[in-house]
Amino acid sequence: MTQKQLRIKINGDTYLMYEGQSVLEACRSAGINIPNLCYLEGVSRRASCGICVVEIEGARTLVRSCVTPIREGIEIFTNTGRVRKARHTNIKLLLANHPRNCLECDKNRQCELQKLSDDLDVRDTSYPKIRKKHYDIDASSPSLTRDHEKCILCARCVEVCSQVQSVDAIEIAERGMEAHVSTFFNKGLDASECVNCGQCLLVCPTGALMAKHETGSVWKAIDEPGRHVVVQAAPAIRAAIGEEFGFEAGMPLTGTLAAALRKMGFDRVFDTQFTADLTIIEEGNELISRIKNKGVLPLITSCSPGWIRFAETFFPKLLPNLSTCKSPQQMFGTLAKTYYAEKMNIDPSKITVVSVMPCTAKKFEARRPEMNSAAEYWRNKGRRLPGGTRDVDSVITTRELADMIRESGIDFARLTGEKFDEPFGISTGAGTIFGATGGVMEAALRTAYAELTGKSLKDLNLKAVRGMGGVREASVDINGLTLKVAVAHGLKNAREVMEQVSKGKSPYHFIEIMTCPGGCIGGGGQPVPATTDVREKRIKAVYSEDESMPLRESHKNPAVIALYDEFLKEPLSGVSHSMLHTEYSRRDLYPGI
Amino acid sequence: MDSSTRERRIAEHKKRVNLIFKKCVWDDFLDRALEMSPEDMLEKVKESGLRGRGGAGFPTWLKWKFAREAEADEKYVICNADEGEPGTFKDRAILQEQAGKVLPGMLVCAKVIGAEKGFIYLRGEYAYLLPALSQEVENFNEKIREKGERFSIEIKLGSGAYVCGEETALIESLEGNRGEPRNKPPFPVSEGYLGKPTVVHNVETLVYASIIISEGPECFKSLGTSDSAGAKVFCISGDTDLDEGIYELEMGMTIKEFVELFSDGDIKAVQVGGASGHCVPRKKFADTIIGFEGVPTGGSMVLFNSSRSMYNVLHNYLEFFEEESCGQCTPCRIGCQQLLKGIEAVKSGEKPSEYLDDLVKLAGMMKISAKCGLGQSAANPFISIVEHFREEIMY
Repeated sequence: MTQKQLRIKINGDTYLMYEGQSVLEACRSAGINIPNLCYLEGVSRRASCGICVVEIEGARTLVRSCVTPIREGIEIFTNTGRVRKARHTNIKLLLANHPRNCLECDKNRQCELQKLSDDLDVRDTSYPKIRKKHYDIDASSPSLTRDHEKCILCARCVEVCSQVQSVDAIEIAERGMEAHVSTFFNKGLDASECVNCGQCLLVCPTGALMAKHETGSVWKAIDEPGRHVVVQAAPAIRAAIGEEFGFEAGMPLTGTLAAALRKMGFDRVFDTQFTADLTIIEEGNELISRIKNKGVLPLITSCSPGWIRFAETFFPKLLPNLSTCKSPQQMFGTLAKTYYAEKMNIDPSKITVVSVMPCTAKKFEARRPEMNSAAEYWRNKGRRLPGGTRDVDSVITTRELADMIRESGIDFARLTGEKFDEPFGISTGAGTIFGATGGVMEAALRTAYAELTGKSLKDLNLKAVRGMGGVREASVDINGLTLKVAVAHGLKNAREVMEQVSKGKSPYHFIEIMTCPGGCIGGGGQPVPATTDVREKRIKAVYSEDESMPLRESHKNPAVIALYDEFLKEPLSGVSHSMLHTEYSRRDLYPGI
Repeated sequence: MDSSTRERRIAEHKKRVNLIFKKCVWDDFLDRALEMSPEDMLEKVKESGLRGRGGAGFPTWLKWKFAREAEADEKYVICNADEGEPGTFKDRAILQEQAGKVLPGMLVCAKVIGAEKGFIYLRGEYAYLLPALSQEVENFNEKIREKGERFSIEIKLGSGAYVCGEETALIESLEGNRGEPRNKPPFPVSEGYLGKPTVVHNVETLVYASIIISEGPECFKSLGTSDSAGAKVFCISGDTDLDEGIYELEMGMTIKEFVELFSDGDIKAVQVGGASGHCVPRKKFADTIIGFEGVPTGGSMVLFNSSRSMYNVLHNYLEFFEEESCGQCTPCRIGCQQLLKGIEAVKSGEKPSEYLDDLVKLAGMMKISAKCGLGQSAANPFISIVEHFREEIMY
C-alpha cells in the first residue's frame, strides 16, 4: 500500500510529505533542522523541553513539532521571531538551573545542551539559578552515576528504560519545582531494577547520566614497574572506535585498534574474540548435551551481563535455562591469570587484566563476587593471590579508551594497522560477529552444525538470524534434527520471549538475548550518538569484518584448539566447568529496601 | 448601594435565575430523557448554546458531536469533579445538593456519544463527599439498570494534584499513571481514556445539560448573551460582606455590576477565574464583561479591597503554580519558579524594576510555549497584575 501524500507548506514553500509524519520529521525531510532536546525518534514523545516549537497558521499558541502530525494544507513556519524567542527563552530557563562548569563535566563538547546553546547563539542567561531540592549524586551503581544538578528533566532516560528495556528502574517523582528523576524511593540505582545497560546515558543530552570511569586505575597499572598489563578488546569496539576520531560510522578498524592499544603501553594486546570462540565451543556443546540428555530447554545465551541481571531480577524461575557459560570477558580474565600465567611463566599476582568493552554492565559483571575463579584456581594449587583479586581488574568503555588514546597523544587516524598478540589474539569471524545481535546464534550454529554433521555449513552466512527485527526466529536442519532458534535484542523484546518461555510455550531450542538494541555494538559504553542508523552501520562493519577473516568457525581457531589440548582437555570438562562456567542467583526486586 | 438594596437585588436575581439549585421533582426525567433520540438531545444542547463551564468554554454540543462521530468499540463520559482552581468551590456544593442532576447529565451525554461507562473523578480533598455520593451513584446505576440501559457510573478519587483538573492529565490519573497532560492532538474526544473517545465535562456543564434536556433549551438560552448563553455558578470570596459564597448568576454582567452586588464598593481588583485567571483593576470594571466575550471564568471571583497588597496576592498565586506545575515542560516548570523568584528580587531591590519587563516577556513566552492549558494560563495573573499594579510589585 502506498502511503498517502499530503501537500504542506513550510516557510512558504510547498512540499509533498507522507501522512503520519510529524511536523519535525517533515521539516527534516525538507532540509530544515528543528532543534530539540527531549525528542527521541520512536521512543520518546514527552514533548517536554519546549525547544522544537514552530508556528502553525491558525494556531493560537506555538506547537511542538515533534508530536504534531502534519495534515493536508498545513502551513508551518519554523523561523519566526516568536519561534526564535520561545526557543531562546526555554534554553535560558534550562540553563538557569543547569551548572555552567562545563570544563568539569564528562560530557563537555558532547553535550547537546551546550551545543544547542551555541547553535542558537544563547550566550548568557539573565535568569538566576534557583535552588531546587538538593539530591546527592547517585554513585551507588558500579556502572553509572546520576547527577540531578545536570538533569534537565527531558525524561529520555525514563522513556528508554521503560519503552526500550522494559526495566523501569527510573521514573519522574514529585511535581513542579521538585520534580526529579528518581529510583524507587530514591534508594539509588544499585538498589533498583537497573541492569546497568547504560542505554539511558546514551540518550542523556547532558552529563546527568555518566558511566563510571576507570581510566585512572588502568594508567596506574600501566605505569607500575613489573606489572604485566594485558588488555582485551571486545568485538564491538573495532566497529565503533573510529567514530570517536572522526571516521564515518561503520568503519572497522581492528588493526588500528590493536596498534593504538600497543602504543598506549599495554604489555600484551589481546582480543576478546578469542574467548568468544571459546564460548561458542562450550555453549555449543552445552546445547548439544542438553538436547541429547533432555536437559532444560530452551538454552539461553549468557554473555550479556545486563540481560543476566534482568533475568535474575524478573525471571528467577528461568535461571536454569541460562547457559552456565561465563561471558567471553570473564573467560578471558580467568584464563589470563591461570593458563596464560602458567604458559608464559608470569606471576599471576603481577598480571592486571583490562577489558575494553562497549558496555557499562561489564563493569558490574567484573565485580560480581563469583568472578574470581583464578584466585580459586591458585588456592587449589596452594598459592594465595592477594585479597580482592578479580579475574578482570578494570573495565573501560569504548569512550574511555578513546579518551586514553587522545591523552596518549596518539594520532589514531594515522596509525598503521597491527595484529593482536598471540595466543589470545587469534580469533575467527565467528568471534567477530558476537558484536551484533544474532551473532552469537550464527556463530553457535556454524559450530553446532559442524560438530553434529562433521562438515561445515554450505553457506556460513545465516542471514535469517541477522537484521534489526526485535525478535527473529529461524530453523536449521541438522542431521534430521530441526533446531529452532530465536534472537532477541533490547530487553523489551527479551521480556516478550521470556514470557513465552515462562508459560512453557516456547518452541525454541536455543535463544540468543542481547541487552542492547543492535547487540553489543549498541552498548551503553559506545560512542554517542547511537541512533538506529549508526547501529546498523556498525553491524554492517561487523559482518564485513567476518567475511574478510580466513577462519570463520570457532572450532577452527588454532589457539582455542591448543588451549583444549594444553589445559582444558575437552569442552564441558571439569577444568572447563571450574574455569569457564558460573552460576546465577535470584535477585530481590528492591535489594536495598 | 446600601446593603439592603443589594440584598433585594440579589434576591430578585435569584428569582429570575434559578436553574441549578432549584428544588424540583425529577422522577420522570429519566423516562423522558430515555425516550428522546440522541439526535434530538444533541440538537437541544446545540440550540441552548451551552459551553463548557470549567472555564475554557468549548461548545458542549460540538464535543458531543466529535465523540459521537468517532468510531470505537468503547467510549467514556467523565465528570470532572477535581475542582482545584483556587477560589472555586461550586462543584462541591452542586455534588452535595444536586447530584441528582449531575448523574442524568452523564447519562444524556453517554446516550448521545454512545458510551456505556462513566466516571466521576472526585477531588481527593472531597473524599468526605464520597459516602453520600456513592450512595447516590449506586441508586442511579440501579435505576437505569432497571430501565434496561447499559450505562453505569463509577467514582474515582484524585490524589491532590491541581494539574489533574486538566482533562488529559485527569485521564492519565484515571488510568493509574502520573498526572501529566498529554500531547494534543489527539484530543480526548478521539483518543481519551484507554485510548477511546472520551468526553470530559465539568460538573456544572453536566447539570445544565440535564436541565436543558429536561426543561428545554429555552430556559437556558433566554439568559445571558449571544456569546455566553445561560447562567453560571459563581464562587465569591475575598472582600465581600456576604456570608454565602455561591450564586448562580446570569452570564454577561459587567464586573462593575457584579462588584456593586457583592461588595460595599471598596474593591480595587477582582481576580476572575481563579489563580489561572485574569486580574481586573477597578478602572476596567465598567467595560469588562464576565463571559467568553470578556473575561471567562470557571466560577472563581476573588474580590480585593484597598487594604490588600497585590504583591502578596501575586506571590501567593506564583507559589501555588511553582508547586502545582506538573513539572513536565520547561516553560511552566522553570518559568513559574523564575516569575516568583523574579518578583521577590525586584521587591528586595536585588534586580532593577525593569526586570519586570523581562519577566512579562517570559510570561508571554509561557503563554505560547507551555504544553497545556495550565502552563499557558499560569502566566495570566502575572501579566495582568504587573500591568495594572506595577508599583505595588516594585515597592
